[in-house]
Amino acid sequence: MLAKRIIPCLDVKDGRVVKGVNFIGLRDAGDPVECAARYDAEGADELCFLDITASHEKRGIILDIVARTAEQAFMPLTVGGGIREESDIRALLKAGADKVSINTAAVADPDFVAAAARRFGAQCIVVAVDARARGRHLELTEDGGGVDGRPAWADSYPELLIEEDAGTDAAGVPDETAAARAPGDMASAAAATVDTAGGRSEGPGAADKVAGDMAPAAAATVDTAGGRSEVPGAAARVAVAAADRSGVWEVYTHGGRRPTGIDAVKWCRRMEELGAGEILLTSMDRDGTKEGYDVELTAAVADAVGVPVIASGGVGTPEHLLEGLTAAKADAVLAASIFHYGDYSISECKRYLAGHGVVVRTPVS
Amino acid sequence: MIAVIDYGMGNLRSVSKALERVGAEVRVTSDAAEIAAADGVVLPGVGAFARSVQNLESAGLKSAVYKAVDSGRPFLGICVGMQILFEESDEFGRVEGLGILPGRVRRFEPSDHELKVPHMGWNQLRFCRRPPHFCGIEEGERFYFVHSYFVETADDGIVAARTCYGEDFVSCAWRDNLVATQFHPEKSQSLGLRVLENFRRLVDGEEPVDTQGAAAAGRPRGGS
Repeated sequence: MLAKRIIPCLDVKDGRVVKGVNFIGLRDAGDPVECAARYDAEGADELCFLDITASHEKRGIILDIVARTAEQAFMPLTVGGGIREESDIRALLKAGADKVSINTAAVADPDFVAAAARRFGAQCIVVAVDARARGRHLELTEDGGGVDGRPAWADSYPELLIEEDAGTDAAGVPDETAAARAPGDMASAAAATVDTAGGRSEGPGAADKVAGDMAPAAAATVDTAGGRSEVPGAAARVAVAAADRSGVWEVYTHGGRRPTGIDAVKWCRRMEELGAGEILLTSMDRDGTKEGYDVELTAAVADAVGVPVIASGGVGTPEHLLEGLTAAKADAVLAASIFHYGDYSISECKRYLAGHGVVVRTPVS
Repeated sequence: MIAVIDYGMGNLRSVSKALERVGAEVRVTSDAAEIAAADGVVLPGVGAFARSVQNLESAGLKSAVYKAVDSGRPFLGICVGMQILFEESDEFGRVEGLGILPGRVRRFEPSDHELKVPHMGWNQLRFCRRPPHFCGIEEGERFYFVHSYFVETADDGIVAARTCYGEDFVSCAWRDNLVATQFHPEKSQSLGLRVLENFRRLVDGEEPVDTQGAAAAGRPRGGS
């Protein structure tokens, strides 16, 4: 039986791992090749490098990293970030990448995905989709949120866009707006959430986390986690917000800063039609929160497409991985900080998953 | 020397680096004379069946593959490099393969929506017969697969292992000196390296390694 995959992701900028890695015994925790070798030894099922190097001149660095990684980690390697042209894909595959992940360029020109799949094979074209529950960006993004990222082709494909009446603007949901504007209330709600989750996520950004909880996906989380209704009224507000916006997520580009008006589920289906071999789905509402994957979003996409779906964004505990692979129906789970900081090892997570009936690979050492 | 055939369709670097890791002298080549002179030949492959056959043909390497297989020297086909050894594929209509092995290639069409295509990830082998390449590898161990098409054959005599994904397919074919795997040994961590090391040993006229020896050779650096 095919095993579910666990994929650690390393964010690489100018040739160095960012977001910090905290392995014991690494000579240089910022060296992506050394981190990759460690994940290989720990039994990761695949590796993912996300190149967030801003300057175009420095983009050649990732090729060297991929080449050196491929010399010592004999496992599947996906590389994403900044891929604009077929020549970028060719260079990465030649260096030793097995798959490339395309995000912004797919939105700018969907035919790019089709051309890439024809030339290199669907199996090596991963389309990365960053999605937010509709309406969230108005309150949540501070860094350029609201810049219209709607692609030029959008008017020709209205069927891919979010219907105006389906995604209610935040202002149209009084309860939720009130919550977003009441910091004190949110802080206490955040505390309750953190307690339930085991105290592993706290600190600044709590307000975002609570607001994130009020996205449609929250309904499932609230049901399973329970206990969040300790804060009077919070659960009721979540329920109202969820009912109003159920099942509509918007595609974002540029690292989650630009809304496109595109419906994420329809977009994933379209990407499959054009030849994507896999969907890497990141919930921008959950990313960095350690509150768990957006189960409803992930399950909606997994149900809609016939290609494998990798869940991403929000992992804080092995329980979240389990939820991603069961309730959220993902074929693979991607995670960064949970592994980087040594909170949990990959083998520990695999033991947990196996103990809960998920088929995982136990590597032979 | 092991020749890795370069016909524009493979993850050549991954294959050659993995072979080098297990002690092979490797040449990535599209030169028929060099392929003919090699002690062992690898036909890698990633991508589409039709294009692979076309590329092999336009590179003038079809006969080099036939000769290598006929020569009796160890030959290893990987993924699409396995599929094109068979008679035909239904990818984009009907496409003829090299016809070295009996059987055809067809697309996964799982009735269970939970089974996604491509078949991507780590799956198990069930051996019918065991080529020396798999010395020291237990039944049910996992290798890395990524493919949307698979081999089916009426000739059980060439099947070394099957894997189940909705239905059974041939995950390893074996006839005489020819072994072909649907999975990617070069991407299957230590177990994959063990398969490649056993292949390298066949090429060099050595006995396949026992489990202990292979485990030491295939262990990633820094592992415990």
